[in-house]
Amino acid sequence: MALGRIQVPARARRGEVVEARVLIRHAMETGFRREADGRAVPMNVVNTVTCRHAGREVFRAELGSGISANPYFAFWFRAEESGEVTVEWVDDAGERGVASARIEVS
Amino acid sequence: MRRRRFLRAAGAVLAAPALPAAAQAFLPRRDLAALVASVTGGATPSREGIALEVPALAENGNSVAFRVRVESPMTEADHVRAIHVLSERNPRERVALFHLGPASGRAEVTTRIRLAVGQRIAVVAALSGGRFRLAEAAVEVTAAACIDEGT
Repeated sequence: MALGRIQVPARARRGEVVEARVLIRHAMETGFRREADGRAVPMNVVNTVTCRHAGREVFRAELGSGISANPYFAFWFRAEESGEVTVEWVDDAGERGVASARIEVS
Repeated sequence: MRRRRFLRAAGAVLAAPALPAAAQAFLPRRDLAALVASVTGGATPSREGIALEVPALAENGNSVAFRVRVESPMTEADHVRAIHVLSERNPRERVALFHLGPASGRAEVTTRIRLAVGQRIAVVAALSGGRFRLAEAAVEVTAAACIDEGT
């Protein structure tokens, strides 16, 4: 279930502050839910999301069960150079995911 | 007494929606000010230059629109380092912690949060100079998260 994506503008001027939007497909199990037979569903949430651009971390989120299923984030970053904007995440089970989008900076 | 039976049945139907309220009583109300102090280390945060956007009334606690915006030049010398999202009545008080910096360019984060019941939430922004800013808002929730088959 390590599916997700990131959207950034295709083009930007150097130094321009632009928006990134990230959507991750994840149930964000709280640990408070039970199966029909009464077994507790263990907590498993995406606990860290990190976004990097031009060799720098531009955004990092530490999360718990208070974030909705299929977590969505919109944040901003300064476009410094053409290349990939990469977002990585990991859940409590250790499953990792990565997604990236390209931005052309002129 | 058919009428009395009807009234009893009607009363039972009317009382049913009150049941989730009983479940809500198990989620104690935390002292938000103490939670904020645990983040700021006791420093008094400013209430200027920070905006928290949440709906006053949310139909579904499983997904509540959330946006926080902090006024900051976001330079090396003066930027927002982190934004803490704190809950008064969720089972876990720390909803999220966002790390930002000069490379962020703008101190604004949008997401969707879960609220177990109607409650107040607080956002604390930690600035590079060691100061803090605070915004609070109350959200009423019609259908709660975390109780029953919340997804």
